[in-house]
Amino acid sequence: MIFVLNPSSGQPLYLQLTQQVRHAIATGVLKPGDSLPGIRTLAQQLVISPNTVVKAYSDLEHEGLVDLRHGSGAFVSGRRVKKSHAERIRRAQALVKALVEQLQNEGFSEDEIQGLMEAELFYSVADRKR
Amino acid sequence: MSDGLVIEAHALTKRYGKFPAVDNLNLRVGAGRITGFLGRNGPGKSSTIKMLLGISRPSSGGALVLGRNISDARQCRDSRRHIAFVGEDKQTYAYMTVGQMIAFTRSFYEDWDVGREQRLLRRFELPVERKVKALSKGMRTKLALLLAFARIPRLLILDEPSEGLDPVTIEELLQAMVATAAEGTSVFFSSHQIAEVERIADHVCIVDHGRLVADTSLDEIRQQYRQLTFGFSGELPNVEFTGDGIESVRIEGRQITVMATRNAEAIIERARCLGAASVETTPVTLRELFLATVKGDSPDALV
Repeated sequence: MIFVLNPSSGQPLYLQLTQQVRHAIATGVLKPGDSLPGIRTLAQQLVISPNTVVKAYSDLEHEGLVDLRHGSGAFVSGRRVKKSHAERIRRAQALVKALVEQLQNEGFSEDEIQGLMEAELFYSVADRKR
Repeated sequence: MSDGLVIEAHALTKRYGKFPAVDNLNLRVGAGRITGFLGRNGPGKSSTIKMLLGISRPSSGGALVLGRNISDARQCRDSRRHIAFVGEDKQTYAYMTVGQMIAFTRSFYEDWDVGREQRLLRRFELPVERKVKALSKGMRTKLALLLAFARIPRLLILDEPSEGLDPVTIEELLQAMVATAAEGTSVFFSSHQIAEVERIADHVCIVDHGRLVADTSLDEIRQQYRQLTFGFSGELPNVEFTGDGIESVRIEGRQITVMATRNAEAIIERARCLGAASVETTPVTLRELFLATVKGDSPDALV
């Protein structure tokens, strides 16, 4: 499993990590029983604080997505992720993709699109735009 | 991981003549974390670390390190057994060979891990038979790192560890720091390399002119801190733009830019009430926070 974290983005690293694991499980890239790297290994691999990995794994465990086994790392839990969920994620991806492409065609830069998206997400300021 | 503090400085001050290198510094460093100690080039960070280690005496104020008083020689010696330190000058004994230096240092510490020593020796490709004085600068630095990282101390303190290292060695250094933290060691390192602090630190303390100007977790910066830009189509509102969470305000033409440390939502609401026509929000990077807190000499925080 390859994780790509962006330390300068406006999102805590542990959230970036949980989202990428969640996404990989939802899309079937990670399957029940697959193992995730141990805390120390992943921290060293990504060169991030081990606390970040601990937080991400414990959140995923709370969600029931992974099982933590002491000493032997983390495993994707056997609980099946609903197929409809994976399907919905794919549909949402298609929507976002279409929107991003449209904005790019209209000449918006990646940063601008990201800024607009974030403004919407966090504070829903749509009605204030002209 | 743990709620305790490994470093707790109260009004710590170091004056060189009349010049205060460290000026009433109140510093609290939590256990079980990687804490970056950021600041501009200058004597502040090193002076602080030297006092914490008992290498130099505070002009006034004091500190507890691992619960021991740094102004008490015996307590300070006691705490040093649980602290590994990599200093700026990375001092080693020139007349010893690399192997002798390692064996010599090993004999002082109960927390020395031979397995780690051997792994680091291989990774750093250090020549065991060579005299320390014949090592290149980079090799000498690696030796100093090995002497610190072969231990599993309660607290690891590093003063500008990446200074003078090539990118590959910096990567190995950061990995070694992370691996040490994974053993439960609290890590406190000074740096002016913002990018490396942003990558591996849980928490950051920024000092300027010997004083603490920011003390926050990296997650909080990512989650709470926002740069908010408000555009006005008409006249700018003729009111003071201050309030909870507003760190700084800049005005340019018909735009007001606010750095918010929290409460971004409420601040946006207020701007909207004042007639803002557009709102843009971007995350604040550690670099931006550093520049905003460390420069801090432009008195334009008022509308």
